[in-house]
Amino acid sequence: MFKLRRYLKDYKKQLIIGPAFKLFEAILELIVPLVMSDIIDSGIKSGSRSYVITHGIMMVSLSAIGLCSALICQASASVASQGFGTKLRNALFRHINTLSYAELDKLGTPTLITRMTSDVNQLQLAVAMLIRLVIRAPFLIVGAMIMAFAISPALSVIFMLAAMLIGLVLYTVMSKSVTFYKIIQKKLDRISLLARENLSGNRVIRAFCKQTENQSKFNAASDEYVETGISVGKLSALLDPLTYIIANTAIIFIVWFSGKAVYAGNLHQGQIIALVSYMTQILLTMIVFANLVVIFTKASASAARVNEVFELSPSVKEKNTETISVVKNSKTPKIEFDGVCFSYAGDEYDVKNISFKIMRGQRAGIIGGTGSGKSTVVNLMPRFYDCRQGRVMIDGIDVREYPLKQLRAQFGIVPQRAVLFSGTIASNMRWKNKNATDDEIISALKTAQAWEFVEKLPDGINSPVNQGGKNFSGGQRQRLTIARALIDKPEILILDDSSSALDYATDARLRQAISELDSAMNVIIVSQRVSSIKDCDVIIVLDNGEIIGSGTHEELLSTCDEYRAIYESQHHSEEVRS
Amino acid sequence: MKRNGVLFKLVKYIGKYKMFIVLSLLCALVNVICVLMSPVLIGNAIDGIVGAGRVDFVQVFKILVMVLIITLCASLFKWLMSLCTNKVAYNTVSDIRDDVYKKFNNVPLKYIDGHPHGDLINRITADVDNVGDGLIQCINQLFSGVVTILGTLAFMLSINVKIAVIVVFITPLSLFVAAFIGKMSAKTFREQAQTQGELSSYVEEMISNQRVVLAFEYENEAQSVFEEINARLYKSGQKSQLYSSFANPSTRFVNAVVYAGVGIFGALNVINRGLSVGQLSCFLTYANQYTKPFNEITSVVTQLQTAIASANRIFAVLEEENQSPEDNCCLLEKCGGDVTFDNVCFSYTAERELIKNFSLNVKSGQRIAIVGPTGCGKTTLINLLMRFYETDSGRISIDGTPVKNIKRDSLRKSFGMVLQESWLYNASVRDNIAYGKPDASFEEIQAAAKAAYAHGFIKRLPDGYDTIISEDGENLSQGQKQLLCIARVMLCNPSMLILDEATSSIDTLTEQRVQKAFAKLMKGRTSFIVAHRLSTIQDADVILVMRDGNIVEQGTHDELIEQGGFYSQLYFASFMPASR
Repeated sequence: MFKLRRYLKDYKKQLIIGPAFKLFEAILELIVPLVMSDIIDSGIKSGSRSYVITHGIMMVSLSAIGLCSALICQASASVASQGFGTKLRNALFRHINTLSYAELDKLGTPTLITRMTSDVNQLQLAVAMLIRLVIRAPFLIVGAMIMAFAISPALSVIFMLAAMLIGLVLYTVMSKSVTFYKIIQKKLDRISLLARENLSGNRVIRAFCKQTENQSKFNAASDEYVETGISVGKLSALLDPLTYIIANTAIIFIVWFSGKAVYAGNLHQGQIIALVSYMTQILLTMIVFANLVVIFTKASASAARVNEVFELSPSVKEKNTETISVVKNSKTPKIEFDGVCFSYAGDEYDVKNISFKIMRGQRAGIIGGTGSGKSTVVNLMPRFYDCRQGRVMIDGIDVREYPLKQLRAQFGIVPQRAVLFSGTIASNMRWKNKNATDDEIISALKTAQAWEFVEKLPDGINSPVNQGGKNFSGGQRQRLTIARALIDKPEILILDDSSSALDYATDARLRQAISELDSAMNVIIVSQRVSSIKDCDVIIVLDNGEIIGSGTHEELLSTCDEYRAIYESQHHSEEVRS
Repeated sequence: MKRNGVLFKLVKYIGKYKMFIVLSLLCALVNVICVLMSPVLIGNAIDGIVGAGRVDFVQVFKILVMVLIITLCASLFKWLMSLCTNKVAYNTVSDIRDDVYKKFNNVPLKYIDGHPHGDLINRITADVDNVGDGLIQCINQLFSGVVTILGTLAFMLSINVKIAVIVVFITPLSLFVAAFIGKMSAKTFREQAQTQGELSSYVEEMISNQRVVLAFEYENEAQSVFEEINARLYKSGQKSQLYSSFANPSTRFVNAVVYAGVGIFGALNVINRGLSVGQLSCFLTYANQYTKPFNEITSVVTQLQTAIASANRIFAVLEEENQSPEDNCCLLEKCGGDVTFDNVCFSYTAERELIKNFSLNVKSGQRIAIVGPTGCGKTTLINLLMRFYETDSGRISIDGTPVKNIKRDSLRKSFGMVLQESWLYNASVRDNIAYGKPDASFEEIQAAAKAAYAHGFIKRLPDGYDTIISEDGENLSQGQKQLLCIARVMLCNPSMLILDEATSSIDTLTEQRVQKAFAKLMKGRTSFIVAHRLSTIQDADVILVMRDGNIVEQGTHDELIEQGGFYSQLYFASFMPASR
């Protein structure tokens, strides 16, 4: 939990002012029973009304000052705790953004969301309580004990014992419940996962009529959550009654022994009242303190989960962040793979011994069956993953030497899954360059064959896009994602099977339009379709993670059986012949 | 009024646990009576200790034993009360959560497509939790609070009416203060809950598409948008926390005034011999006791207000209109497979008409291929056929029965559907294939996987058929996921088939084989195939060529090529070379 304290460092002022004023309020609060006992012992004894009234007014003014200090404390607490939460969320989001594909594969989204929301809220609450109570509660307890000591050193032993016992109860209950809180958060993760799955797969779920079954699965998860909640509830339900028993037993002893003391003439009646009210004070504070402890135990479980995210370090690490100088000429291959091996997990390589060269301005096609490693090869170029063996080089320099920004800025990537983000078409187009002009956007849309339908939308490029781009068809989304990648004229354009939802005519026009762009641009087309790649300067045929052929379309037709098989599967024999 | 509405709806949920509430109330009553009696007794005991040499030890001892018994009694009932409250709160939370989930399955699909998922998830997790916390606090504090207030009043009145009246008159001031503060902060609380939802949905959207974020180096942009939302969250969060946290000190101040008031008037009364010192002591304790519930209630104001704001968001989902009821709908028993579209019109948004006056007659066993440029309404037809969306006008019927009169589940069960977007869930490969037929034997599952040409790659996965598909399915390629979805349908053996770009991510060699398996499966059954790879649909019985929501051509492959219309353009374009 303490690792997170750096997010509090801007709130030092509040962290000092808050508790200080709370302390001040607590001191005033302790004085009140003294004044009261004074009224009883002196005011009533002497029968002086004015004494009673002046002291009464004193009590009210003490409370008024107390109110002001409390308000100052609350204000500091709200600034510091909410500020802490905000900074922590920002840092978490930033950290998550630095993680590479490999870590994201492992963690998954739902848990990241709960960590960022409910866990951070828990921590935020803890900070607020820290400021409000951390000094006040112990102070009130210790203060009450000192006051009791001042009245009667002998009787204060009872106070000490009672406080110690209450402390013990608190500690036992809390330490037992910490484990429960961790389980509870995990169960909440599960609930969030199931809800998310239900939302994202709603069409399929309804198509398979799985609503009832999913409902019972969810109900089970929700019941499990309740069970754990009730177990921890049972445990913490013990807290109040036990502390109450201890405190009242202490009061019984106090009255009994002070009775003896009064009998012996060592104590006044008014002093007994003060002692009893100090004991009540301790009890009340202890209950508050117990709440504080509950909040802190929850917070420490949350802190552990948040820290777990912070401790994930990106597997793709930047060697340096300084821009390196690169000589770009037509002699050095733009992209070169040299004996590259890679596996997502485990020892068996998903792609192995990949070597090829793509010269500046060349268009390359990568073809192969489902799961042959096409996307993997492409993902290694902008260093989304690091290869296990061999080297990936851009302009003759190992990608690991580049700062990530400089490396990735050269790429325009169209991923397999066509995802758009909520906003407008224009805001999606400005992902690469937020200053892209409307004209630039329109020209990219034209190249991507998307302008034809965007043009017809009532608001053109300012038309709204729902989350995930659900208000566009698969093919429209794909064209929009292609346009998005074209903004800022990348040096290397990667089309990762990104025309799968396009009809052939659109696909052909798209390829035509792309080929008319800057001749220095490298285009890497990953596809299942021979027609998409057959005009490429280099075609790489992959099978089971290995290159089984490379060359031009004509070369491959005569040298690579697999390629010819793919080609024939897509074309009628007469076309092959002609 | 709105807040009362929410409370009323919550009460309906809690109502199910009446027994526990009554029990909890009774326990609270006993507990409060005991807690209130103990100061009286202690006061009596102190009265027995008058001064040096004047202490009635027998009497004091007796009273103290009583105090002990009462203490134990109070503790026992307090404990029982907490148990009951817990039960009520947690079960209510579970009920609400289950209902929200159920709602997700009952609202029209339009609602789910149109709402950010992160925000909906936030409602079913964080918001429901907030309501639960609020309930626990509310039942605990409010119950014992009200009982304490009434009980103390009674005790005080029994000791001294005049002082009791003072207490009664000053204390409501604290309620007034609390109410005023509550009103002030309600708006900021709503804002806070809303911004929290916004933040969650942004996080959901960005993190689940982290790959695109990284590919476009959008990290900084995303960060700044996030920080902007976060800054607004800070603003509303800080304000609502500030306002609501003022409630407690303010009420405590009012209570301190009450305490001082009791002290002054009590002391003056003692001087006038109207009161004993012991009585004053117990009066002071009561003054504290009486005000304590006010303190406690106001100290949980923040939580209560958060809970109310959250409850509002939850009920907003729960009150969303369900899809049309189907009480009068029939089951589709034996599905012949005649499908008729009769003058169907549909649009997603009112401004843009998508499908207009669409009519089509499909005879049982026909293979219908739908082709056309993207965005022409192919997928929409499927959405209407499966009743994911309802037609605006016109009618779709199966075997002469309008689909609106068929129970949705029954209708959908008669179709096997493979969509372009492959959805799998977080479970093993085996469970995913058996999704539509959970009782399938492993042999059947394997056979389906083999038919879908998925067996090969499944074997190569780390745990074969038992490999768990990760939460976002990123451990499989798009093509592999699609093969699993196909296997899933192969296993179901449906009476009709819908393939919406079902093989778009699969390599063509595998695709051809899968097509063959489909052809075998679909022999004599009606099927709808949306495709852009024209090679895959050439032997369809009818090819519908769509453009802008209308059928522009219709016929077999050879007929259409003969016509030399739009279809033949599309067909020949697929071999058009992209010249450099």
